[in-house]
Amino acid sequence: MKHTISILVENNAGVLARISGLFARRGYNIHSLAVGVTDDENISRITIVAEGNDYTLEQIEKQLNKLIDVIKVRSLPADKLLSRELMLVKVNCNNAQRPELIAIAELSGAKISDVSKETMTLELSANESKIAVFEELLKPYGVKEVVRTGVVALQKGGGGL
Amino acid sequence: MGIKITVAESLVKCLETEGITKIFGYPGAAICPFYDKLMQSNIQHILVRHEINAGHAANGFARITGKPAVCVATSGPGATNLITAIATAYMDSIPMVIITGQVKTEQIGRDVFQEADITGAAEPFVKHSYLIKDAESVPEIVKKAFYIAGTGRPGPVLLDIPMDVQLEEIDFEYPESVEISSYKPKNEGNKLQIKRVADAVKEAEKPLICAGGGLFTSNAREIMVEIAEKAGIPVICTMMGISVMPYDHPLFLGMIGMHGRKTPNRAISECDLLILLGARVGDRAVMGMKNHHNLKVIHIDIDPAEIGKNLPVSIPVVGDLKAVLTQISEAVEPKRHKDWTEYLQELKSSENIIHQTPEIGVNPAAFLDELNKLLPDRCVISADVGQNQIWTANNIKLNSGRFITSGGMGAMGYSVPAAIGAKSACPEAEVIAICGDGSFQMQSMELATMIQHGIVVKIIIMANNRLGMVRELQTSLYDDRLTAVFLDGSPDFVKLADAYGIGGEYVSNISEAKTALENLINSDKPYVLQVKVDENERSVL
Ligand SMILES: Cc1ncc(C[n+]2csc(CCOP(=O)(O)OP(=O)(O)O)c2C)c(N)n1
Repeated sequence: MKHTISILVENNAGVLARISGLFARRGYNIHSLAVGVTDDENISRITIVAEGNDYTLEQIEKQLNKLIDVIKVRSLPADKLLSRELMLVKVNCNNAQRPELIAIAELSGAKISDVSKETMTLELSANESKIAVFEELLKPYGVKEVVRTGVVALQKGGGGL
Repeated sequence: MGIKITVAESLVKCLETEGITKIFGYPGAAICPFYDKLMQSNIQHILVRHEINAGHAANGFARITGKPAVCVATSGPGATNLITAIATAYMDSIPMVIITGQVKTEQIGRDVFQEADITGAAEPFVKHSYLIKDAESVPEIVKKAFYIAGTGRPGPVLLDIPMDVQLEEIDFEYPESVEISSYKPKNEGNKLQIKRVADAVKEAEKPLICAGGGLFTSNAREIMVEIAEKAGIPVICTMMGISVMPYDHPLFLGMIGMHGRKTPNRAISECDLLILLGARVGDRAVMGMKNHHNLKVIHIDIDPAEIGKNLPVSIPVVGDLKAVLTQISEAVEPKRHKDWTEYLQELKSSENIIHQTPEIGVNPAAFLDELNKLLPDRCVISADVGQNQIWTANNIKLNSGRFITSGGMGAMGYSVPAAIGAKSACPEAEVIAICGDGSFQMQSMELATMIQHGIVVKIIIMANNRLGMVRELQTSLYDDRLTAVFLDGSPDFVKLADAYGIGGEYVSNISEAKTALENLINSDKPYVLQVKVDENERSVL
């Protein structure tokens, strides 16, 4: 089962290495990891999507909490999950295909970020399932390159970390 | 405003302020600025003969004082030589502050001479670490290091300090206290959980306490015994918990686990309430315990991550043992479990079987019994790893002394340097290291340290000319196909000791044990016994 774990950390040197090292060492699988500074420049927020059963999740949370630089750890409840990922995707696109791709972009809420004679680069920010559908739609055109930021997430409503 | 001094000098001042009187180390270019200032201090530097032993000695020192102890090494190989000792301390939750020199800041990351990323390499084994690049932050970081190492679940904290930083001048002022917003160890236990514990104890018919090393850490031995006596609960211990309770106490049963005694293992499989106190319940301790139904488990530990890790737990309590046990002692009601305790006591006394005398060498249990008779009240037994460790763990009977060993890591070569540390911490105590002929050869260079610094450690070598524990494993699991366990080529250890100016003698059968042990105990200098043990002697009971 996938879990989205949100971690607030002191913005100290080496903190990311400590956290990713802990996951590797203890055999927890990281699906994606995204990190960025919060409204307080001394504190960063890391979002990790990890794979594991409830025992693993509990251990992950407890072990993370033991790291001195970790301020708070929370596994975001699935039903209150507001999650987004940004994807840039470059597909083959000739003159004839361009209108079709523009239509797909519009339909999916994606933006067109770059166009060349043979390619088009699209940009989509969405949750994981929408991104998956979008990728499927683009496949027939020939995907040249994809890059994804990894999931960032907040809890819906007033509650949070 | 503080005074203007170099970082090296401020480091020394920080250590002095922390009450450090002795440190263990080994110098090199990158740590020379620190050593240069240490010279002017009253802190005694004990020069070991290998960095790993600086770590183990600090470990032994910290176990006896209960406070963070300090070891020092240079960059590169000096630092990497410490890694096993750091890992050993980490596994057994021993408070230590480790100081390593590092190459100059501007050279970091260029693979220059004697550069090693020690904070990176040691990361899995430290409670925390700092690579200090900002000179002004040194006093605060040192304060934090001692605070982190010694509080909560203790552990090693590494300070890696580039040489140029050591030479920088700063405004020195040592903070009186530190705040780390992301680190707030819990002290007292949740009141509701305490109530649940008291209720469970009241309901139980066959309660059992399993005492771990955490009781030493939080100085909670007495309160534990008080609770056991008040509520009539028998006590077993893990390897790390040996000597937590007087051996002859009627409620004490011995060590559990794969290598443990019959009575405690029986007790754990028959109890209906198991109270784990500061015990990690490592895999070797709980073998064969998991399928036990109808068992209620209370687990009290400072580290929430340990609770439920190896054993399903019914009532978890997170907090400092002393604080939590104080809460519990007020909440539990006086009770006796006559049948249960009498049954277990009978089992325990029936274990004191007469030891068979082997054709070759001594029976280790019989030998240790002779030692038991001679041990003074204040003593520390430092056991190494292997059969010698199991023999000692199962047969040493301490009523007021202390037992130390490398429990979690099982690091061969621990006993002598740890004994050196223990003796340095408590010179009044009789400190005896017990090791095998294999493990002794991993640490024999420390005889020089003992002589140089006048540290009177006694050493008993259980010499079976084998890596006995591995031999035993090969006998039982590999159809007796013995390989790489023969110690031919070993020196005569008594002669080796003599080369260092240390006295010693051989024990080739049990009739020689008493006099030899008397000589060992009565010697006011280091002393070595080379004890003949049959190569086929077993450690599994
Ligand atoms: C540093 C290290 N290397 C290897 C081992 C594996 N090991 C465990 S016990 C043992 C044999 C120990 O032999 P010895 O010190 O002679 O003691 P004995 O078992 O014979 O009492 C070995 C090699 C270990 N625990 N630690």
